[in-house]
Amino acid sequence: MTVQQARPVPNRAVGIASERVDGREKVTGLATYAAEHRDLQLDDPLHAWMVTSTIARGRVLRVDASAALALPGVERVLDHENAPRAASTDDRELAVLQDDRVGFRGQIVALVLAETPEAAREGARLVSVHYDAEPATVTLDAAGEDDFYAPEQVNAGHETDLEQGDVEAGLAGAAVRVEGRYSTPAEHNSPMEPHAATARWDGSVLTMYDSTQAVHAVAATLAPILGLEQSQLRVLAPYVGGGFGSKGLPHAPEVAAAMAAMAVEGRPVKLVVTRQQMFALTGYRPETISHVRIGAEPDGRIVALEHAAIGGTSRIKEYAEQTATAARMMYAGEHRRTTHRVAALDVAVPSWMRAPGEMPGMFALEVALDELAEACGVDPVDLRVRNEPELDPETGNPYNDRRLVECLQRGAERFGWADRPTSPQAIVDGDWWVGTGVASATYPTLWMPGNTARITADEDGRYGVAIGAVDIGTGARTVLAQIAADALDVDVASIDLAIGDTDLPAATVAGGSAGTGSWGTAIVQAAQQFRADHGDTPDPGVQTTGTAESYPDSVGHALHSFGATFAEVRVHRWTGELRVTRLLGVYSVGRVINPTTARSQFLGGLIMGLSGALFEESVRDSRFGHVVTQDLATYHVASHADVRGLEVDWLDEEDHLATPMGSRGVGEIGIVGTAAAIANAAHHATGVRVRDLPLTADLFLDVPPLP
Amino acid sequence: MDTSITLTVDGRRHDVVVDTRTTLLDALRERLAVTSAKKGCDHGQCGSCTVLLEGRRHLTCLTLAVAHDGDEIVTAAGVSALEGGAGDDAPTSLHPLQEAFLAHDGLQCGYCTPGQVCSAIGMLDEAKQGHPSHVTDDLEESVDPADLDDDEVRERMSGNLCRCGAYGGIVDAIREVAGGAPREGQPDRPAQPEREAAR
Ligand code: FES
Ligand code: FES
Repeated sequence: MTVQQARPVPNRAVGIASERVDGREKVTGLATYAAEHRDLQLDDPLHAWMVTSTIARGRVLRVDASAALALPGVERVLDHENAPRAASTDDRELAVLQDDRVGFRGQIVALVLAETPEAAREGARLVSVHYDAEPATVTLDAAGEDDFYAPEQVNAGHETDLEQGDVEAGLAGAAVRVEGRYSTPAEHNSPMEPHAATARWDGSVLTMYDSTQAVHAVAATLAPILGLEQSQLRVLAPYVGGGFGSKGLPHAPEVAAAMAAMAVEGRPVKLVVTRQQMFALTGYRPETISHVRIGAEPDGRIVALEHAAIGGTSRIKEYAEQTATAARMMYAGEHRRTTHRVAALDVAVPSWMRAPGEMPGMFALEVALDELAEACGVDPVDLRVRNEPELDPETGNPYNDRRLVECLQRGAERFGWADRPTSPQAIVDGDWWVGTGVASATYPTLWMPGNTARITADEDGRYGVAIGAVDIGTGARTVLAQIAADALDVDVASIDLAIGDTDLPAATVAGGSAGTGSWGTAIVQAAQQFRADHGDTPDPGVQTTGTAESYPDSVGHALHSFGATFAEVRVHRWTGELRVTRLLGVYSVGRVINPTTARSQFLGGLIMGLSGALFEESVRDSRFGHVVTQDLATYHVASHADVRGLEVDWLDEEDHLATPMGSRGVGEIGIVGTAAAIANAAHHATGVRVRDLPLTADLFLDVPPLP
Repeated sequence: MDTSITLTVDGRRHDVVVDTRTTLLDALRERLAVTSAKKGCDHGQCGSCTVLLEGRRHLTCLTLAVAHDGDEIVTAAGVSALEGGAGDDAPTSLHPLQEAFLAHDGLQCGYCTPGQVCSAIGMLDEAKQGHPSHVTDDLEESVDPADLDDDEVRERMSGNLCRCGAYGGIVDAIREVAGGAPREGQPDRPAQPEREAAR
C-alpha cells in the first residue's frame, strides 16, 4: 500500500511541554556553529577576510594586492580578475568577483586568504582598490517618481496589485474616512551568530559547514554557480545561531567561501562575516512606506480600504516586500485596493526578515484601525470584531479556523482592557503618562512540498528519523522527534533524529513559519508508509523513505493564523522616553507541538516586535549608500533591561486542514502587530499619533495637553 | 609578531603562541579551539564572548591575549567545576545556573547562551561583593544576590544581547539560582500539564 498523503495523527508526545533536547550542548557552549568545526578535515583552515567596496556604483579599475601579499601569512588575494570563474552569473548578488561592476557599497571586491585571522584582517586593510565611481541613487527620497515600478510579483509569489469593487466610490460615499502615511525603516535581522562558513574542496566534493536555514537550498543554489552537480556539494548546519530570515537564502559570503575553497584545493577556508559587513552582505528588511485610506460606516464597519505600499529594492537583484498583502485578507469590506511599487536603488540586496510583508504592513494597517476606532468613537477591540469577514475577502474561500475574535476577547480579559479610559492622556503616574493599545496579528499558513524523510528501524525498538531540516533555535530538533514518536506510535525517547545535513533526505527552508509543518508532514507520511511496509515489529535495518508532495486537505481554504497583541506603555512627560511595561500576545496557531519551545518563539517574536517599535533603524547615508548604524552599538536591538511584563497565551485547538499534526507555524506571528500595539498605546498615553517607526523619545517632547 | 603565553582554560594549562594582535577571544577560539566563548560582534557590543577571567566576567574580544599571560579563564564549558557546580568536569554535569537555563528555556539558538551563563555567574558574584548597579536605590546598603529583583537582574545583564529574545527565561533562571522570590507580575501561561503518555 502506498501512503499518498499523511493522515492526521493522534497527539501523545505532541502537545507536551518538554525541555529542548540540545539544551545541554548550548548552555555549555559545546554546540558547534559554522565557524567552529574541525572534523571532516576542516582543521587548520585558511582564514578569509572580505574587502568590500567603498563606492555605491561604478567599476573596479584595479585591485592592488601587492602590499597585502607581502604581509607574512597572507597566501592569496582573490579579485574579479583571478577568482575562479562562475558557471552562472545570472544572480547578480551571488556573482561574486566575476566582473568589475559595483552595485552597492559594501559589495565584495576582493578576498584575502591568510594563515591567521590577524594576517587576513591586516591583509584586507592593505588591499587598495581603485574605482571609477558613477552617480548613485541610494534612498527612496532621492528616487524620482518615474523610478517606481510595479514588480511582476511580490515576495512569496503574491500578486502585485489586487482590486475589488470600486475603492474611490466606496471612499467617497463613506461616512467616516481616515487616511495616513505610515513608514517602517530598513531593519537588519542581526542574528547573534554572524553568517559564516567553513569549506573544503577535495577536487570532487565541496564540504561546507554553513550558517544557514536551509542546507539543501544552499547546495541547490550554489551548485550551478560553482559549475558543480548538486551531489558534489555537502552542506551541514548542525547548529545555527539564529537567522530570522537572513540565513534563509544563501548570500554572497557563502559563494565567496566556496570559491575560495575551490581556489586552494585541499585546504579548508573559513570565512566569518564581520558584524559590520552583515549590514551590507546578508540581507535586510527594506524600508517601506504605506498609504492607507479607509472608509467606514459610522459604527466602524469598513466599506472601502486602500493599502498602497512603496519600497526600495536593489538594482542588482529585485526583492519586493509584500507589505500590503495582509490588508487583502484581514478585515471585511466591499471595496479594496492593494498595490506595491518599488524603486531600484544602488543599495545592498534586501531579503527576508521575520514576517516579511506582515510586519511592516500590519504596522500600517493596525495603526490605521486605531485611528478609525478613534474617529468612530468605537473601542479598538470592538472595531476589529465588527470587521470580521465571513469568508476570506481575497479568495472568497472559507477560512480554516479563523479565531481572531477569540484571541482579542481572551486577551482583553486577561489584560484588563475593560477598565481602560477611552480618551488619551487620561492616566498620569508621577512623571509618566500611561496608555494601552491593541493590534491584531496574522500570518499565513504556508506549506512547502517536496520534503523527504527516512525512517529506519534500529535495534531495541529504536527508530532513526532523518531529514535535512535545520534547527536555527526554533526547537525543530525537539519537536520533530515528538512528531515522529506520535507518527510511529512510540515513545520520544526511542527516536534518534538526524537533521542539518544534505546527506540526509531533502528538506525545505526553516522559514515562512513553515518548517515544522512541512518537515513534520513528511515525517508523518514516511512513518505511516513505514508501518504499512514493515508493520509494528519491523526487523532492524529496514527502512522507508517518504516524500510529502502535497497536503490536499488545505485546498479550498484560506489558511492563516491569528493573534491579538496588547501593550501597556509609559511615556516620560519630560524626556519623552518610552517604556513598554506590559506586552501580551494571544495566538491561534493550531496545535502547539511543544509549549516550551513554542512559547519561546512567541516571546522572541514579541521582543523583536518591541525592538522594532522602539529602537531598530538602519540609517542609510544618503551620500555614500551604506548603513551608518552598522554595529550593535548603533543599531539597537532590545536588551534585557528593555523587556518586562511579557505574557503569551494561545487557544487550545487542532487544525488538520493545515497539517496532519494539527499544527500551524509559530515563528513569525509574534512580531506581527506588536509595533502597532505599542504605537497605539503610546497614542493612548500621550495623544501623539506616531505613524513612523521607531518610536523615539523626540516624538514625545512638547506634547500638547488635550482639550 | 608572535609571542608565547600561558593560559589556563577550564582547568587546563595551555602554552600557546599568539600574534601580539590576537584578541583573547581569538586565542581561545582559533588557537586553542575553545569555542564555548562565542563571537557575536568582536567589538564589545554583544556579550557573547563573556568568560570568567581571573574570577570576574570579562569580554574577551576587547582585550589582547598577550595581556593575559598566566591568567585563568573559565568558560561556560567549565563552570560546572566552580563552587556551586557539580564539581567534576564530565561533560554531562552542569552548573545549577545552566540547569536553570534549561528548566526555564532561557535559550533558543544557543549562540548568546555561554556568554549569558558566564555573565550571570559573574554578576551574582559582583552582587555578593556588594557592587551596586545603575538601578540600585541605596548605594550604601549591601546587596544580597537573593534580593536582586527583576529590574536589578535585567540591568546587570544588559551587556548580553539575545536576538532570539530568551530574556524572560534567563531572568527566571538567574533569580531561581540566586534564591530570590519568584518573578513579580503575572506568570506566563503555565506549561500544559503533562498528559498521560497512555500507551
Ligand atoms: S563578541 Fe565580544 S562583546 Fe560581542
Ligand atoms: S539564544 Fe539565540 S541569541 Fe540568545
